[in-house]
Amino acid sequence: MIDDKLVIAGIEFQSRLWVGTGKYKDFAETKKAIEASGTDVVTVSVRRVNIIDKSKENLLDYIDPKKYKILPNTAGCYTAKDAIRTAMLAAEAGITKLVKLEVIGDDKTLFPDNEATLEAAKVLVKEGLIVLPYMSDDPIMAKKLVDLGCPAVMPLAAPIGSGLGIRNPYNIRIIMETVKVPIIVDAGVGTASDVAFAMELGCDAVLLNTAIAGAKDPIAMAEAMKYGVLGGRLAYKAGRIPRKLYATASSPIEGMIGS
Amino acid sequence: MNITLNGEIKTVHDNITVLGLLELLQIQHQRVAVELNESIVKKDNYGSTAIKNGDILEVVSFMGGGTV
Repeated sequence: MIDDKLVIAGIEFQSRLWVGTGKYKDFAETKKAIEASGTDVVTVSVRRVNIIDKSKENLLDYIDPKKYKILPNTAGCYTAKDAIRTAMLAAEAGITKLVKLEVIGDDKTLFPDNEATLEAAKVLVKEGLIVLPYMSDDPIMAKKLVDLGCPAVMPLAAPIGSGLGIRNPYNIRIIMETVKVPIIVDAGVGTASDVAFAMELGCDAVLLNTAIAGAKDPIAMAEAMKYGVLGGRLAYKAGRIPRKLYATASSPIEGMIGS
Repeated sequence: MNITLNGEIKTVHDNITVLGLLELLQIQHQRVAVELNESIVKKDNYGSTAIKNGDILEVVSFMGGGTV
C-alpha cells in the first residue's frame, strides 16, 4: 500500500491509525504503546503547566514532535469559547496548526455539542488553524463543518471510551457520500475488529485512546490495532464479495468421483 | 504585587515581564503558550509584555490525553 497515503490540508500521514496519549500508567508505557501501534499521529491535550512541581516530566520528552505529528485537542471543553481559547493556545505553542476540535455537550455521554462545535470551527478556520472536528455521526453536521472549511471530519463510532464500535455504519456511509473529505472515526472503538470494520467501510483513519490504554496489555493491543487498520484498509481496497443468502461452492463440480 | 497564575494567587515583584516570570518559574518557554487576561501573548512579545497587579495568567503545555 505504498501509494495509499492519507493527505489532509497538504499534510501527508503515514498511518491511518491515530492514537491518544491519555490514561496510560506512565510516559514510558505511552511511548511503547505508540511505537507498537506504528502510528505517526498522536493527539495531546492542552493543560496548565504544573508550576508547583516543575520536576514533572513533559510528554514531549517522550514523544518527539519531529518523529510524530502532534494533534492538540480541546478535550474537556464544554463551550465554544473555551475550545477556541484552548485551540489558539495550542497553535501558539508553536508545534502545529492542526487541532482536533472537541466541544462536549454533556458529561454522561460525552457527545459533542454540535452547535458550539460549528461556532468554534468557524472562528478557528478563520484564524488559520487546520480544524479536525469531533462530531456526532450526522451527515448534515459533516456537510456544515466542511462548508465552513474543515479539511476532514471526525464522527464518533460510539460514546468516548465505551468500546462499543461503530453503532451506525449506515450513517458513516452516508457521511462518506455527503462530504468528499477524509473521514476519521474518532472515539468508541473497543478492539481490533472494530477498527478493521471502520476501515472496511471506507473510513480514512481511526483515532482511538482508551481501547489501547485500557487493555490488559496495552502494548499488545496497540500492535493488534495496527494490523486491524492495515487489514481493514486492504480489504476495502481489495473490494469484498457481495453478501448472499445461499451457498456458492468454491470447488469445481466437474471431476467428482462416482459422477 | 499579586497575580493569578494558573488559578493560584501568586506574589511576584513589580515590573516583571512574561519572560521574567517564565524564567523565575524555570519554565522552558519553547513548548508553552501564555494567555494574559484571556489574550494570547505571542512568543516574540514575552520580553516586552509587562505584568500588572491583578493580572490573570494561564501558562499551558501539551499533556497526555485522547478524547475528554
